[in-house]
Amino acid sequence: MLEIRNLHVWLEDGGKPILKGVDLTVEAGRVHAIMGPNGSGKSTLSYVLAGREGYEVTAGSATLAGEDLLAMEPEERAAAGLFLAFQYPVEIPGVGNMTFLRTALNAQRKARGEAELSAGDFLKLVRAKAATLKIDPEMLKRPVNVGFSGGEKKRNEILQMALLEPRMCILDETDSGLDVDAMKLVSDGVNALRDAGRGFLVITHYQRLLDHIRPDVVHIMAEGRIVRTGGPELALEVERNGYADILAEVA
Amino acid sequence: MARPKADAAALAALMAGLPASAQGGWLAAAQAAGAARLAAMGLPLRRDEYWRYIDPAGFNAPLADPARPSAEPGAFEGIERVRLVFVDGAFDAAASDDPAAAGVEIARLAVAGAADIHWARELHGAIEGAAHAAVPRPFAALNAARAADGVVIRATRPARLPVEIVCRSAGGGRDVLLRHLVRVDAGASLTLIETLQGGARALAVIEAEIGADAALHHIRLEPQSGAHLGQSHLHARLGDRATLKSFTLSGSARLVRNETVVDIRGDGAIAHVAGALVAGEGTLHDDTVFVTHAGVACESRQVFKRVLRDGAVGVFQGKILVRPGAQKTDGYQISQALLLDESSQSLAKPELEIYADDVKCSHGSTTGAIDETALFYLRSRGVPAAQAEALLVLAFLAEAVAEIEDQALAAAVQSRLAGWFGQNMAD
Repeated sequence: MLEIRNLHVWLEDGGKPILKGVDLTVEAGRVHAIMGPNGSGKSTLSYVLAGREGYEVTAGSATLAGEDLLAMEPEERAAAGLFLAFQYPVEIPGVGNMTFLRTALNAQRKARGEAELSAGDFLKLVRAKAATLKIDPEMLKRPVNVGFSGGEKKRNEILQMALLEPRMCILDETDSGLDVDAMKLVSDGVNALRDAGRGFLVITHYQRLLDHIRPDVVHIMAEGRIVRTGGPELALEVERNGYADILAEVA
Repeated sequence: MARPKADAAALAALMAGLPASAQGGWLAAAQAAGAARLAAMGLPLRRDEYWRYIDPAGFNAPLADPARPSAEPGAFEGIERVRLVFVDGAFDAAASDDPAAAGVEIARLAVAGAADIHWARELHGAIEGAAHAAVPRPFAALNAARAADGVVIRATRPARLPVEIVCRSAGGGRDVLLRHLVRVDAGASLTLIETLQGGARALAVIEAEIGADAALHHIRLEPQSGAHLGQSHLHARLGDRATLKSFTLSGSARLVRNETVVDIRGDGAIAHVAGALVAGEGTLHDDTVFVTHAGVACESRQVFKRVLRDGAVGVFQGKILVRPGAQKTDGYQISQALLLDESSQSLAKPELEIYADDVKCSHGSTTGAIDETALFYLRSRGVPAAQAEALLVLAFLAEAVAEIEDQALAAAVQSRLAGWFGQNMAD
């Protein structure tokens, strides 16, 4: 589904390398987790894949189902089925959440040559999805993420994911700022979306989230590279011993 | 200050191109009084305090180009209202609705002004004339001197329907001067819409007397684009607990100067003045607002939002004057500009002048680019760049549109704005 080969990325401002040859393949139907210390390049990887400005790809490739992601605009990547759940969801005053969700969904449908949803059909769809995430209908009327609690923002991200039905989901530290109950709710939302056709890349500092969203594969990232890959037990090892042992081992 | 001699010659040349003076009735005398006020002030000069950012030459010189015919449709098609239509300054009875439907007294200035006795006589030039002591408003006086027509409205109870004054152009080549006299008596209310759809060079002035517990809602729509050269004035005086809410939507025009002068005389009154501007290449737009607080416990609010691109220049000059004794005044002013490129310019001059000690006054001004983080967030969800930018721009302007109290009218204005950005606001 997602294939990243030897990806090298520099930060445009400040001109320093962040990713130094990332290799990663996420298959459809599988959940991969990336763990790693601060500054290892985890969030940069997610932003580069989603198409955020400010990064320069100096070598390597990233494809989604064979399509060259790096040649696409951010909106084209979304329409192609890539979704990034933001670590810090953006507040957009003045744009109603409902307008935002409908505009996004219809823009993607249009880009894929599908019919746009009517206001009525959309309303039914969004209400049903919101209910399963325990999202208050009032939250849908408010401006995007404005005045939302940390938990509400993350639930709103998962609501977008549920509505847009991407085939490749990247979750960037979705657990940050969540209490235990909120993490459970968000994880249930993600787990409900797991299916044979969809890949997940879950970026996290802590093993805690992986108790709820059980990964098939765990990667450890450090210094802009994947330094170790293993099964779920690798996350437990990090939880017990920290990153120091692993980093010392690969250094 | 003594004016240069050239100024008198320029004034004479300008006046020669304007509609002729009224021949009889009280309007002739009112016009003569306006001409005297104008002669005392002279035409504005670039060095004048409130003309520093905008060259008055485009208004001072005799008119050069004829108008382009109006093309933009109205914005309030689904809303019941009484339309009064002027085409290149001439009243078009066939295109207008029956004024009686509004449930208020409505007459044309040309008709009311020919009578010997009419309530509007006392209003003509009264509020405008008093404004010059603080800041000269020569074009308001010029309008008084030569505007031969307009609408005279008196509401003695809440109006049944909004009144819309439509100024269209069929391609005429003359200056269009209209003067509207509005009196909202105690306890009454009126919604007045001005739809300006071009004209060779338009100069419209409203004088409005808003009585105790009365309300005037004013919405002005300017064209989206075109060679519009125009000035619109609102001179309002408020009594006890009176309310004025004025909103203007402006598009790209060659040169526009809008002056709003509010004199809050009564206690407990409310005056809100707002504007949304979307301007592009070759545009110079100036909003000049002057709110005087003379009453106790009054609230005033100025909210101006502008979106500028392709070298457009937007000017905001807003002043709050709190007179001695106007205690418990709550004055607020904000002007914000969104520059969509580096060639555009926003100039803001907020002023507070306060002579009372128990008041709350604040002002703010911001100029910035579009929020790149928000733009990326929208695009990452599949919204194309142009549409994402339009959403953010509309959200920015929506705060000014929200100053319109009537929900249906506000929705119509927001929908017109959305149309300017190619967005359909069906929901």
